[in-house]
Amino acid sequence: MNAGAALVWLRGSPLFGLLLTLLAYRLAMSCNRRAHGHPLTNTVLLGSVLVIAVLLASGIRPDEYMKGAQFIQFLLGPATVGLAIPLYHNLARLKRAATPLTLTLLAGGLTGIVSALGLGMAFGLPREILLSLMPRSVTTPIAMGIAENIGGIPALAVTFVIVSGIFGAVIVKPLFSRLRLDDDLVMGVATGISAHGIGTARVFLLSETAGAFAGLAMGLNGLVTAVLVPVVLGLIHV
Amino acid sequence: MIETLIWLLGYQLAGELICRSLALPLPGAVLGMLLLFLTLCAKKGIPASLNTHVPQLLGHFSLLFIPACAGVIVYWPLLTAHCWALLATLAGATLITLLVPAVLLKVLLARRHGRRPA
Repeated sequence: MNAGAALVWLRGSPLFGLLLTLLAYRLAMSCNRRAHGHPLTNTVLLGSVLVIAVLLASGIRPDEYMKGAQFIQFLLGPATVGLAIPLYHNLARLKRAATPLTLTLLAGGLTGIVSALGLGMAFGLPREILLSLMPRSVTTPIAMGIAENIGGIPALAVTFVIVSGIFGAVIVKPLFSRLRLDDDLVMGVATGISAHGIGTARVFLLSETAGAFAGLAMGLNGLVTAVLVPVVLGLIHV
Repeated sequence: MIETLIWLLGYQLAGELICRSLALPLPGAVLGMLLLFLTLCAKKGIPASLNTHVPQLLGHFSLLFIPACAGVIVYWPLLTAHCWALLATLAGATLITLLVPAVLLKVLLARRHGRRPA
């Protein structure tokens, strides 16, 4: 028997992280289908919980997992570029709604910053956490950059971004159906502003159009937020 | 498939290079998306390979977030220290930021439709 040597090889091999991610996703997808798309069976939420459970149970470290999982994470870039295709399919709608969209993005970006900062201050959170909370509604690479610029902790900002994204992805459908806001354009833009890529992935499954507008709103909100965060910090003493 | 990969990676690379050299506060992939979108507008059409393969890739967009989400485990001690205040802040802020733009956009779109002759 050489099970020990095999385990050592497995820990160092990218095969483990790759296969674990694919299996967790596949299993999460079946659960989601069986539960008729129930929000709590969100594939990102369930998939990552499964991965975390396996890592904790096996004692394999997150950096060992990432050796394989990084290949999947890498595809986020090209997939984001690909959002241009559904967006192009909606060119006519985009042109018609240009002014309302611009106003909504500016107001939404400001709401994202002020709501996180205001609530965090109300709950008495410490300064470095508050600064890391401010970019919580934008996509991870931008959030990291913003947090670093203003003296927050980039890794914490990423964590807040992800928790927000999962929460947004879970509640968006029931919330918007109940409030009769489930128009493709309205739901897509709001999700992109509040719940960035994870929300975008969720609404993309509901409608390709909503997903395309979410992707656009996510990108532009990143830009708006990057510009507005220093302005807000100049006005509100943290 | 190969054409699709070349398109997507090429635009991502262009986006990254432009963002980095101009120090733009934007991820390269998002600028790549905007550049590809402008290219499609200029071409007035979508290349066949992009039109077939990109929807297949985006159908599994959720999969691509699992590694980053599982990585949250690293900050577990920091998170549990302020667990409830953080959860309430994140949930509240996400909710407010979903509703404010949604209601605003709905009102703006309705107003514009109202102004147009029926």
